[in-house]
Amino acid sequence: MSQLFSKDNRQILTAPLNGDNPIMIQILGICSALAVTAQLEPAIVMGLSVTVITAFSNVIISIIRKTIPNRIRIIIQLVVVAALVTVVSMVLKAFAYDVSVKLSVYVGLIITNCILMGRLEAFAMMNKPWESFLDGIGNGLGYAWILVVIGAVRELLGSGTLLGYTIIPQGAYDAGYVNNGMMTMPAMALILLGIVIGVHRAVNKDIKS
Amino acid sequence: MEHALSLFVRSIFVDNMIFASFLGMCSYLAVSKNVKTSLGLGIAVTFVLLVTVPVDYLLQTKILAEDGLFGTDLTYLSFILFIAVIAGITQLVEMVVERFSPTLYNALGIFLPLIAVNCAIMGASLFMQQRIQMDPATSSQAISSLGDTFVYALGAGIGWTLAIVALAAIREKMAYADVPKPLQGLGIIFITVGLMAMAFMCFSGLSI
Repeated sequence: MSQLFSKDNRQILTAPLNGDNPIMIQILGICSALAVTAQLEPAIVMGLSVTVITAFSNVIISIIRKTIPNRIRIIIQLVVVAALVTVVSMVLKAFAYDVSVKLSVYVGLIITNCILMGRLEAFAMMNKPWESFLDGIGNGLGYAWILVVIGAVRELLGSGTLLGYTIIPQGAYDAGYVNNGMMTMPAMALILLGIVIGVHRAVNKDIKS
Repeated sequence: MEHALSLFVRSIFVDNMIFASFLGMCSYLAVSKNVKTSLGLGIAVTFVLLVTVPVDYLLQTKILAEDGLFGTDLTYLSFILFIAVIAGITQLVEMVVERFSPTLYNALGIFLPLIAVNCAIMGASLFMQQRIQMDPATSSQAISSLGDTFVYALGAGIGWTLAIVALAAIREKMAYADVPKPLQGLGIIFITVGLMAMAFMCFSGLSI
């Protein structure tokens, strides 16, 4: 048991959360990170979906890595990912229909999310299944928490709610507070992500741009 | 004809791939360092869009749809089929370009094969799949014929090219600007793209 969570393995799991974050450091998977964060709920669902898909595609590719011919590996990786995305998309449609409507095409676009292909190429093709699983979970969660932060800020400032519950008290509106409708627009997603990256680099000074 | 024109203008400006739906962000940020390469990539993306979207449209309506070849609704296979078509066609385009225009091939380098995992291509096909269900009489976004898919793909590609060339031009100038240290590199680029997206928001009021 202790071997499963050895120091190296914990490092694999935690590095993508901060120092090697897929969004802020490796700049992968930006498209969906920006598009689904107008509200908190789709952001959380999207983050979890990507985590699950990254983990399991990593495991599958890692198991069959020795039998994949090098020339056609991209196609094989794409097919594995596409199959998993199809499953997740059907599960979402069955159990969380409202959210899957809000996510619209971006569930399908997980296939072309660079985080997945990046992890498959860089990690799963040369590591054992268990390590690949941890790497997938770590990178998925590293992606998810940025989505949650941006989603929370945009929903709170844009419509005064979190997960649909009103947070800003009515008294604030009576006193002249106004929701910033700009926050729900695509443009602010980009600017917020820029600010998040800036803050992260200001805090972690050792990271090179 | 009127519908085609408004679909074209809409997909360039109002539904711009980058500024309205954030598609193809990865290569958009990575390649927009100088105007010439980004124009080349823009043209390559437009070209691949012009081939893949109509092919995916035919797949969707003739084979996957309920009244298609197999008589049952096979839409759940669309992710796998679309990505296979895109990967195959990108490979084909790469071989054709290498054969007939080695100069363009060398200029595009690694970016040509990477188009296969560019979400703008997959995204355009998935949007097309959604828009088939819209009513052309009420919505200028609707896609109801093969001709419409060409118009949509061309518009989406031109919109993407416009966005990447504009950002490259700004980045060439920005090399001389004094940016606060933590924002240097990607931070300031995101903020720039955000401001560009704000400028493009003014098109969303167009009634066409």
